[in-house]
Amino acid sequence: MARIEAEVGKPQGGFMKWIDDRFPFTETMKAHATEYYASKNFNWWYIFGVLATVVLVIQLVTGIFLTMNYKPAAADAFASVEYIMRDVEWGWLIRYMHSTGASFFFIVVYLHMFRAMLYGSYKKPRELIWIIGMMIFFVLMAEGFAGYLLPWGQMSYWGAQVIISLFGAIPGIGEALVEFIRGDYSISDITLNRFFALHVIVLPLALIALVFVHIVALHHVGSNNPDGIEIKEHKGPDGVPLDGVPFHPHHTSKDLVGIIVFLMIFSGVVFFAPEMGGYFLEHANFEPANMTATPEHIAPVWYYTPYYAILRAVPSKLWGFILFAIAVVLPLFLPWLDRCRVRSIRYRGWMYKSALSIFVVTFITLGWLGTQPAEGIYVMGARIFSFLYFMFFLLMPYYTSIDKTKPVPDRVT
Amino acid sequence: MLRTVTAIAALFIAAEGIAAGGGADLEPADIEPGNIASLQRGARNYMNYCSGCHSAQYVRFNTIGKDLELSEEELIDNLMFNAEKTFDTIRAAMPAGDAARWFGQAPPDMSLMARAKGADYIFNFLKSFYLDPDSPTGVDNTVLAGTSMPHVLWELQGYQAAVFEEHHDGDVTTLVFQHFEPVTEGSLDSEDYDEFVRDTVNFLAYIAEPIRSDRRKIGTWVIMYLIVFFVIAVMLKKQIWKDVK
Repeated sequence: MARIEAEVGKPQGGFMKWIDDRFPFTETMKAHATEYYASKNFNWWYIFGVLATVVLVIQLVTGIFLTMNYKPAAADAFASVEYIMRDVEWGWLIRYMHSTGASFFFIVVYLHMFRAMLYGSYKKPRELIWIIGMMIFFVLMAEGFAGYLLPWGQMSYWGAQVIISLFGAIPGIGEALVEFIRGDYSISDITLNRFFALHVIVLPLALIALVFVHIVALHHVGSNNPDGIEIKEHKGPDGVPLDGVPFHPHHTSKDLVGIIVFLMIFSGVVFFAPEMGGYFLEHANFEPANMTATPEHIAPVWYYTPYYAILRAVPSKLWGFILFAIAVVLPLFLPWLDRCRVRSIRYRGWMYKSALSIFVVTFITLGWLGTQPAEGIYVMGARIFSFLYFMFFLLMPYYTSIDKTKPVPDRVT
Repeated sequence: MLRTVTAIAALFIAAEGIAAGGGADLEPADIEPGNIASLQRGARNYMNYCSGCHSAQYVRFNTIGKDLELSEEELIDNLMFNAEKTFDTIRAAMPAGDAARWFGQAPPDMSLMARAKGADYIFNFLKSFYLDPDSPTGVDNTVLAGTSMPHVLWELQGYQAAVFEEHHDGDVTTLVFQHFEPVTEGSLDSEDYDEFVRDTVNFLAYIAEPIRSDRRKIGTWVIMYLIVFFVIAVMLKKQIWKDVK
């Protein structure tokens, strides 16, 4: 009682103290922004994490406005997209941002993952960050797939038809599983309706939750850097890593530059080439879904084509599906497949450098092959490059353990 | 700065053009999307020769009026033959059910045809009807063999015959198209007919994406804004990082 009386009329510390007494606002800001230290030597490979967040926000915000005008029914979906494109104020911009955002999400995420492979960011103690990241990638693939059905164009319909029917290859439960996914005996209004639910609620919620956990895990162990060394091992008397700079304002001001460059490229596509030559918006998808007319050439959108090429490289449907699934999941095991004690490519030997270079060529070539018809030399090519894809991972424990490494510096360079 | 923007824009437009062409041996349509007179002629052609059978169900007359610089009176007097209100969309005069019975399938909606097939495809298609006594419509088409569309523009182009060359490969004989030969004269000569088709295709490309020219104008401003913002952001970054060694 006496204590409260003593405090009456005295300054209480203002609004922020009122908040902080009830919610750890200042504490959180310090821990995750102003006193979260990340290495000062980040190069531009380190922009893609923040760019992925930017694209996520673009997709969420434009998605909300699309949902206000889109109709998830087989009879109305295609027309409602054209309604958005033509009659809704700025609807064309919102739609193009969303369709371009989908492709850019994958561009940015692929580069983000490649950064981790360059600098060994998945290695101890960051294995969980990598695994959560891979789960984000899986959800993103599902999200993109569900979203692609929604415009209800020819490629939406037939792409979904081909991919969903893959599950039919699973022995025993296959056909039942396909029916369970479609909710019908063919892709129909029912499938569209449930894919809409998945696309706008289930998967985005999972995505946001996983991204949150991804960042929590990252901030717990701290960011890696291009030298692949721990900046926390050299702290000043104040406990601050000598090679670290605070996330805010240092990294945020640097990221802002990167975000603007990204937005320039993004706007270049949105305003000048939204179809991106038929890769971001496929020509066949400007025709409404027609279950009686199969398009000449069905190919998934470009970001799935590396895996699609692997799928088609195998003559058996079941084994194609199995190898496709393994190819998608395999990178999850990188933290344990990579036996090298050095993280960064800067101090690794020629073996890993060559393997990673071959892998990059392999992945891009597979992506290209996946857009081509599955005949003749393309099938042969797909087999050779599928083999290389798997060998990169399966031989990794061997070549990373015998690879000669260079001495790693004590402090970042 | 304007030059940088134009250069970037040109790069993206080029990227967009690469795969948009579609088929290999199509003659380029060379449409001029910015040519309002051509678009107006195309609108006239479309409403007079196409819209009897082909709807453009997502396209509103008032949008055409605004983009093609036509007044409400001009719209009503020249383009709106069976529409009541300027916000109506382009409906085909022929009922779809009857059309399907007469032609085997209803003529497709034209709103997005240019985006689905490409302007070059439609340009070549409209020029490639030839006499074929075996076809129910009396004509076939080298671009889309077995088409159920009759040669609607015959009075303009005239009829032509296609010359094929037989290729023998073992027991298999294939016909390879060589060239067309005029059979009857149309009211337009070959160049004027090309121009007629080009205007029409230009209009089809416009209705497939009416916002196309606007988005490029807006995009130029957006990128110029981002360039200014970029300079400020770089200065801010330098200021904040000036003490970091």
